[in-house]
Amino acid sequence: MVAFKLAYRNLIGAGTRTWLNVSVLSFAFVLIIFHNGMLDGWNRQSRKDTQQWEVANGQYWHPHYDKLDVYSIKDAHKPLDAQIIGKVKDGSLVPMLIQQATIYPQGRMQSVLLKGIPHDQQLLKLPTQELKGVTEGLPAVIGKRMATAAKLGIGDKVLIRWRDKNGTFDATELTIASVFNADVPSIDNGQIYIDFEAMQTMMGLQGDATLLVTGEEKPATMDGWDFKDIKFLLAELDQLIESKKGGGIVLQAVLLLIALLAIFDTQVLSIFRRQKEIGTFIALGLTRWQVVGVFTIEGAAHSILAIVLGAAYGIPFFIWLNAIGLSFGDVDVGITMAATIYPYYSVRLILSTIVLVVIASAIVSYLPARKIARMNPTEALKGKIQ
Amino acid sequence: MVKRIVVDDIIFQDMDNQIIQLEHLTKRFPVGNGFFTALTDINLSFGKGEFAGLVGPSGSGKTTLLNIIGSLDVPSEGKATVLGRSIAELSQKQAANMRNHHIGFIFQTYNLLPVYTVYENVEFALLLQNISAEERRKAVMQALEWVGLTDKEKSKPSMLSGGECQRVAIARSMVKRPKIVLADEPTANLDSKNSHHILQTMQKLNEELGVTFIFSTHDEKVMQYLKRQISLADGKVVADEQVELVSSQ
Repeated sequence: MVAFKLAYRNLIGAGTRTWLNVSVLSFAFVLIIFHNGMLDGWNRQSRKDTQQWEVANGQYWHPHYDKLDVYSIKDAHKPLDAQIIGKVKDGSLVPMLIQQATIYPQGRMQSVLLKGIPHDQQLLKLPTQELKGVTEGLPAVIGKRMATAAKLGIGDKVLIRWRDKNGTFDATELTIASVFNADVPSIDNGQIYIDFEAMQTMMGLQGDATLLVTGEEKPATMDGWDFKDIKFLLAELDQLIESKKGGGIVLQAVLLLIALLAIFDTQVLSIFRRQKEIGTFIALGLTRWQVVGVFTIEGAAHSILAIVLGAAYGIPFFIWLNAIGLSFGDVDVGITMAATIYPYYSVRLILSTIVLVVIASAIVSYLPARKIARMNPTEALKGKIQ
Repeated sequence: MVKRIVVDDIIFQDMDNQIIQLEHLTKRFPVGNGFFTALTDINLSFGKGEFAGLVGPSGSGKTTLLNIIGSLDVPSEGKATVLGRSIAELSQKQAANMRNHHIGFIFQTYNLLPVYTVYENVEFALLLQNISAEERRKAVMQALEWVGLTDKEKSKPSMLSGGECQRVAIARSMVKRPKIVLADEPTANLDSKNSHHILQTMQKLNEELGVTFIFSTHDEKVMQYLKRQISLADGKVVADEQVELVSSQ
């Protein structure tokens, strides 16, 4: 308690020097929380969007399905049994049949993944209800990226060609019934959605599906289907966020180092200038290591003041930012990212940042303070430089 | 004013009340490749309630001797026993504990903590002991009363005169009711009036509380108050005199 009181008094007494150190450290503290809060907010929104648009609570894959291997896709389908059909009917499962096809927009040729999905599904946010109601041609839904790449809009018609289960080419005309705007590029680029039953008919694969999207909270295993949980399905996104955090750590570390260097410098100067005070402490009955403790606490107390100062301007800033979000406009960076990101400040993030700043400050305060343990108190009392 | 009379050249020793014993004490400091001998074969004893002074010019070893008695330093040879404990054998913690409970220091430059108030400076020594806040308050106020600074308890050292600062230092050294107070040139930075005020305060505390005061000084004003005067020269005791103080009036 004595040490804390003394530290507080000395820090306040040091005036401008203390406030400069504290300001830099508080800026580092707020920036670390801001940066990680933005990444966490992006992560949360991206996970939520990906779940809502693509994976729900997980997917059951045909054992041969590999979304990165177009050659295996054509054989990755199997009939749905009665149990699955029951779940599809009650809306807890959404089957999808996926095959490769080719479209010819404005005479160009473009490979696409053709996905059949029940028009009445409500598990995913895809506007599949638009797959009903178009009277001319086969209704299809595409995303804005696909629409841009293929120069297609609502009401446009495009020729599509595919191979059925026997390898026979067939073709028809698609009518774009809807163009959806999703923040999840993986459901958009190079993909066309048509009605599930229509696609089964086109492919001659009545009753078959490639994968099943589940909305069940605790999905059970199903024979003949490989269950892929959220962790697996969102692994790429998690890795991306982690890599972004890794890059941010460099910037945060540099800023934190500058702040810590200032504290270190202040500590060295303080010990150099306050030799007589150190000697007095020892004469009054403190051991040398207790004096080391007093100076370490004093240096580390910079971090407490920095946290208080950071909170003073950081909390209003974070609340404001959380209310308006940070807009990135319509920039498409090819990864799942909302146009406006709302930062997320978890208790864990704040506590871990506080612990990091306090421990780092304590260490840089302790390093120069160790010198006190080797000081001769009689020399210190005279104020002699040792 | 007081008059000083030398009554005895022999060291007064009340063996039952001895609280400091220095036997064949020598202190050397490393200087370059050799050593500088600051004290040579010192043999002294101090009894309870003494008001003694180590007198001599700069470099005679007065402060070094005070530092050893105060367990801030250890002898190179010989033995220093303070309150029944050999200084050389004390651990850092034991030495700190002895200083905290039994030894008060008064320095030439006061050495007050600049960020603390007068009250907090005096209280500091008690904070290291297990004393309740109420008892601390009582002890601090009493110490400030001894030195006549109760009205300055909230002042910072920077707001006080030199004499007042030294009185705070006296209160700080006395607040824990130590057995020994070591005063290193306590009047060197004070004018004549303040010097006498300080010395009279210490004399009063010595008489009322029975605390042993040992001064290091070459100030004539201090010498006038000493009951025992130990003269040092080149690290050796050259005289040890008991004096009787008689009012000149």
